Amino acid sequence: MNVIVCVKQIPDPETPAAAFKVDEAAMQVLPAQGISPVISPFDAQAVEAALRIKDSSGDGTVNIISLGPDSARDAIKHSLAMGADEGYHLNDDAFEGGDAWTTALALSKAIQHLGVPDVLIFGRQAADWDQGTVGSIVAELLDLPSATVLRAVELSGDRITVSRVVADGFENIDLPTPCVLTISNEFGDPRYPQLRQIMQAARKQVTELSAADLGLDASEVGAAGARVQMHALFQPTSDVEVEIIEGDTPEEKAAGLVNALREAKIL
Amino acid sequence: MASILVFGETDDSGLTAPTLELLGAASRLSADIGGGVALALIGSGLADAAAAAGPAGADSVYTADADSLAGYQTDSFLPVAQGIVEQDSPSVILMSQSSIGRDLAPRLATRLGTAAIMDALGLEVDGGRVKATRSCYGGNARQVVTVQTDPQVITVRPKSQDPIEADASRSAELIAVDVAEPTLRARTTGKEQAESEGIRLEDAEIVVSGGRGLGGPEAFADLESLAGVLTAAVGSSRAACDLGWYPPSQQVGLTGTVVSPTLYVAIAISGASQHMAGCGGSKNIIAINKDPDAPIFSFSRFGIVDDYKKVLPALEAAFAAALD
Repeated sequence: MNVIVCVKQIPDPETPAAAFKVDEAAMQVLPAQGISPVISPFDAQAVEAALRIKDSSGDGTVNIISLGPDSARDAIKHSLAMGADEGYHLNDDAFEGGDAWTTALALSKAIQHLGVPDVLIFGRQAADWDQGTVGSIVAELLDLPSATVLRAVELSGDRITVSRVVADGFENIDLPTPCVLTISNEFGDPRYPQLRQIMQAARKQVTELSAADLGLDASEVGAAGARVQMHALFQPTSDVEVEIIEGDTPEEKAAGLVNALREAKIL
Repeated sequence: MASILVFGETDDSGLTAPTLELLGAASRLSADIGGGVALALIGSGLADAAAAAGPAGADSVYTADADSLAGYQTDSFLPVAQGIVEQDSPSVILMSQSSIGRDLAPRLATRLGTAAIMDALGLEVDGGRVKATRSCYGGNARQVVTVQTDPQVITVRPKSQDPIEADASRSAELIAVDVAEPTLRARTTGKEQAESEGIRLEDAEIVVSGGRGLGGPEAFADLESLAGVLTAAVGSSRAACDLGWYPPSQQVGLTGTVVSPTLYVAIAISGASQHMAGCGGSKNIIAINKDPDAPIFSFSRFGIVDDYKKVLPALEAAFAAALD
């Protein structure tokens, strides 16, 4: 089975809330001091899913595509260190300021350029914009069946069976190949690269592709091609003032809380 | 021709609560945009739900009612949804940010040559387009966005919008949609229902939730006991679910269920942004955490700084006595 995983590099979502800052005028999140960007956690799980498919099928390749600035190479290298075979970096100033649509358009062209694999895997959403649409847009553009928000993926013969997380449980879905899958956090932890693998990945060549390499005009991608426009970016504020219930014993605190809830007519 | 098309969802009781909220939002938006509100229902056995559409704010209701549409599947719903959009030519399409909306909206938008904004919290009309405020960066930031292409597809977070007061004298024009036999590529072969006894998270007036600070799965039995006293549902943070301590169906947060109960009791939950994205709409949050600097306290009305293991038995006894 040949698999392509599309990954994105994002500001570390574990950044402490106090270090998270927004430049409202530029509508950008400011990089937190001393905290490096990371591969989006759902995307690392997508790479893990791909590696398990390759392992259970006994042959094939896992290739990585990422669209982003120069630093996005690190997310590709991380995926290679996890065990992926080849990396492709869609790196072009023309991609800047794009949205989910322009990203998906460029990714779909890159996938066609490399050859549509048996399985295409994405994280359920990038943990920066939290839209969760790129995998489905690519599926639609390539006219492929898709299953989203998955906690389990298994190879069964030449088909794929998956477990989809829904509000009241899980759905089992059977897909032919080629197909598009998106992986949710319930999938479980991805493998962590060992030092030796990191060293090997560092030496691997990552192929750079521009908009022109993909047959895309600059007017179709980036800010020029975007279908969604942002008007503001800001940090929400909480206007709640907490009242800490004091007491010498847990019993006093519990009684104090129940009283406070009664006085506030919440209980 | 309607200006706003709502894709609704149904359950045993008819239209789901998020569908009523979408119709409320659509009614308010249509006052600014002009035109009417249409509801699209795709499923099986839709007569009762369709009858509720008028009183809930719809001017017309499309029903695609077929056995083959019992249960959402991407390949069966997508062409039907596309057909309804082409018939109705709306300028705005609203869906719930549900298991269905998450999957259907981006594919439908792409098929229609447009784009989808996901998980809107606030909607307002500006210059004839719908400005949506949505959460991003795991709840750490908000952005205001518009879809610049037509139709504007937007999914809306449950509980973020108010339904309108039901008006039984109103009725909606019923439009039955022909349904062709679907071509299924991806096929749903079965469903595992989550074992949840008692109250559904999204319906509960009180939610008792536990996080990673509980230290292990056993503690959820104590939370369930407290929930029994309070007639509450039990939730869990993503961290606790990912550790396998509690089922994913009970996860409260950005990637789980959104709740907005009257009272949200957060036990040993630090208050990460992505968790607050799921419970921030609660009318009152109370937090029990031994770390006085835990972010959860900045969202809470009342707090107890202590080890939950000591407080929980006392709290259960105090609630039992108070509610007796």
